Amino acid sequence: MIDEIAARFPYWAIAVLLVVGLYGMIGKRSLVKQVIGLSIFQSAIILFFISGSLLEGATLPILYSVHGVAEHVDPDDYVNPLPHVLMLTAIVVGVAITGVALSFLVSIYREFGTLDEREMLDEMRK
Amino acid sequence: MEQQFPAFIVGAPLLFSVIVPILGRKWRQSAFVITVATVAVSTVASALSLERVLREGTFRYYLGGWEPPVGIDWVIDEVSAFVSLVVTSVSLLVVISTRRWAEREAGDRPGVFYGLVLLLLAGLTGIVITGDLFNLFVFLEIASLAAYALVFIGGRRAMLAGFRYLIIGSIGGAFYLLGVGFIYFATGTLNMIEARQLLEEAESTRAVQVGAVFIFTGLGLKMALVPMHLWLPDAYEHAPSSVNSLIAPVMTKVAAYAMLRMFLSVFPPGYLSGAVPVADALLVLGLIGIVFGSVAAAGQTDIRRMLAYSSISQLAFIAVGIGLGTPLALAAALLHVVNHAAMKATLFLATASVRFRVGLQRTHNLAGLGPRMPLTMGAFAVGSVAMVGIPPTAGFFSKWYMVQAGLDEGQWIVVAVVLLSSLLTAVYLFKVLEQVYLRPAKPEPSEHHGDEHGSPADGAPQPVEQQSVRPVVERAREAPFDVWLPLVLLAAATVVLGVINVVIMEHVLLPGVS
Repeated sequence: MIDEIAARFPYWAIAVLLVVGLYGMIGKRSLVKQVIGLSIFQSAIILFFISGSLLEGATLPILYSVHGVAEHVDPDDYVNPLPHVLMLTAIVVGVAITGVALSFLVSIYREFGTLDEREMLDEMRK
Repeated sequence: MEQQFPAFIVGAPLLFSVIVPILGRKWRQSAFVITVATVAVSTVASALSLERVLREGTFRYYLGGWEPPVGIDWVIDEVSAFVSLVVTSVSLLVVISTRRWAEREAGDRPGVFYGLVLLLLAGLTGIVITGDLFNLFVFLEIASLAAYALVFIGGRRAMLAGFRYLIIGSIGGAFYLLGVGFIYFATGTLNMIEARQLLEEAESTRAVQVGAVFIFTGLGLKMALVPMHLWLPDAYEHAPSSVNSLIAPVMTKVAAYAMLRMFLSVFPPGYLSGAVPVADALLVLGLIGIVFGSVAAAGQTDIRRMLAYSSISQLAFIAVGIGLGTPLALAAALLHVVNHAAMKATLFLATASVRFRVGLQRTHNLAGLGPRMPLTMGAFAVGSVAMVGIPPTAGFFSKWYMVQAGLDEGQWIVVAVVLLSSLLTAVYLFKVLEQVYLRPAKPEPSEHHGDEHGSPADGAPQPVEQQSVRPVVERAREAPFDVWLPLVLLAAATVVLGVINVVIMEHVLLPGVS
C-alpha cells in the first residue's frame, strides 16, 4: 500500500492540489481566494503533464551531431519535449485567465467596495 | 489561393481583433465597419471552403506547412465547414443588427467591444475546424476569455455573473486539458485522426476512460449541460443585450459541437460504453436537462432568463443526440446545433430590440406589442414556432430525426421526452405570444428593474416617462431598418433551414458523421 503510493507520489500530490484548487474556487466566499484556487488548479495540471513526461536517466532532446543525424539515436535517452512545450502554452493561457480575473476584481472592487461574494449579493439587493 | 481559405476563416478575425481596438481609439466609426468586413471575409471563406468540400471531399490544412504528427492540422470536412459557415453568418447578422445597442452598451470604447467580438469569433471558428486536441483547448480558452469579458461589461449584476462564468468556464477548460493529458500519455499523439487510429488498435484502458470522463466533464461545463449549467442563466440575463444575442446562439453551441467532435473523430464507440458509460451518462443528463430546462423556463418572468433556461433545454437535446450515438442521432444533434443557432439568434435579437425600443423585458408587460412592432414581433413569433417544432420550420426536423433515431434504438423514453419538450416549449413561448398579440396593452407596466436604475453601463432607456399618460407600449414604434432586416433574415433562415433540411442532411451532415 505504502509502496503503491510512493511509486506514484507525484500523481497523489497532483490529485491533492486539484482538490485544494477546486475547494478554493467553490468553497470560498472571497473572490481573491477563488482566483488563487484557480491558479492552484491550473498549476496541478501543468505538474501532471510534466510528471507524465518524466524519464529517468534521460537527457535534453538535443542531437549534438551537427553534420547529419547521429548514428545511434535511442528515444529512451531523451526526454519528450512536447509536453513541456504544451505546458508553456498552457501557462500563457493560465496567465491570460488570471489577468482577466484580476482585472475583473479591480472593477468589482471599484463598483462594490468589497470582494466578498456574500457582501456583494447583499449590496445588490438594496 | 483555394488552399488558404481555412486560414482566412480563423486568421481574419484573429488579426483584426488586435487592429480594431487600436483604430477604434482614433476613429470610432471604423470599429464597426472593419468588424463587419472581417466577419464577412470569414463567412465567405467558410462558404467557399464548404463548396470545395462538397466538390472534392475532406481536405486538411497544415499550419505553416508542417504535416502532422509534427505540426497542427485543421480538418475541413462537410460538418466543420458547414458549422463554421453557420457560426460566421449568424454572427454577421447579429453584429449588424445590434450596432445601435452595442454603441450604447459599450460606452466610449466601441473598438474594444468589437475587438472582443472578433476574438470570440476567431476562437469559435478555430474550435470548429481544428483537428488537434491541444489546439482545440487553446481556441476554447480564447473564445471563453472573450466571452467572459463581453458578459462582464453589462453593469453591476453582470460583474458577478461574468466572474462566476470565468471561474466555472476555466474549471471546464482545465478539466478538458487534464483529459487531453490522459489521451496524450496513452497514445503519444494530439492529432485527432491519429489518436482515433491508435485508440482503435489498442485495448480500452482505464487511463483513456478516465481521460474521456475529464474531457466530457470539461466540455459539459462549457456547454452548460445539466447539472453544470448554473453559470448560464445569470450570465445570459445580465450580459448586455448585444452580447447575449451573440453568445447565446453560438458560444454554447460550439462547445456542444466540440463534444460531438470528440465522439466523431477521437473516441471509438467501445471506449464510451461499458465500464465507464460516458454515452449513457450524456443520454440521461440530456433527458433530465430537457425537462428541467423547459419547466424552469416556464416559471420565468424575465424574457431573457426564460430564453436562457430554454437554451439549457435545447443544449440537453443535443446531448441526447450525442448520447444515442447512432449516425442518425449525431446528424440530428448537428442539425439542431445549426437550427438552434438561427432560432435563438432570432429570439434574442427580437428581445434586445424590444428592450431598447420600449424598455420592457418582463413577459407579462409585452401585451399589445404585436401590432406596434409587426416585424420584430413577427420574427419573434416565427422563432417561437420553430422552437416548438411546427413544420415546416427548422425546429421540427431536428426533433423528427431525433425521434426516428430513438425509435431505431428502441429508446422510447427519448421519444417521449422529445415530444414532451415540444409541449413544454409551447407553454412558455406561446404564453409570450398570447400577451403580444391577443392582450390589450397595459396602462402602467411595472418593471422591477431594481439594479438597472441609474446604471449607465446598462444602456436601456427608462421604461415609463412621468409626464406621459399614454401606455408605453402604445408609443412603441418599429425598430430601424438596419435592426429589423437582419432579424427578418434570421427568421426567414429558420424556415429555409427547415425546407431544405433534406439537402443538408443528405449532402452535408450524414456523410460527415458516417
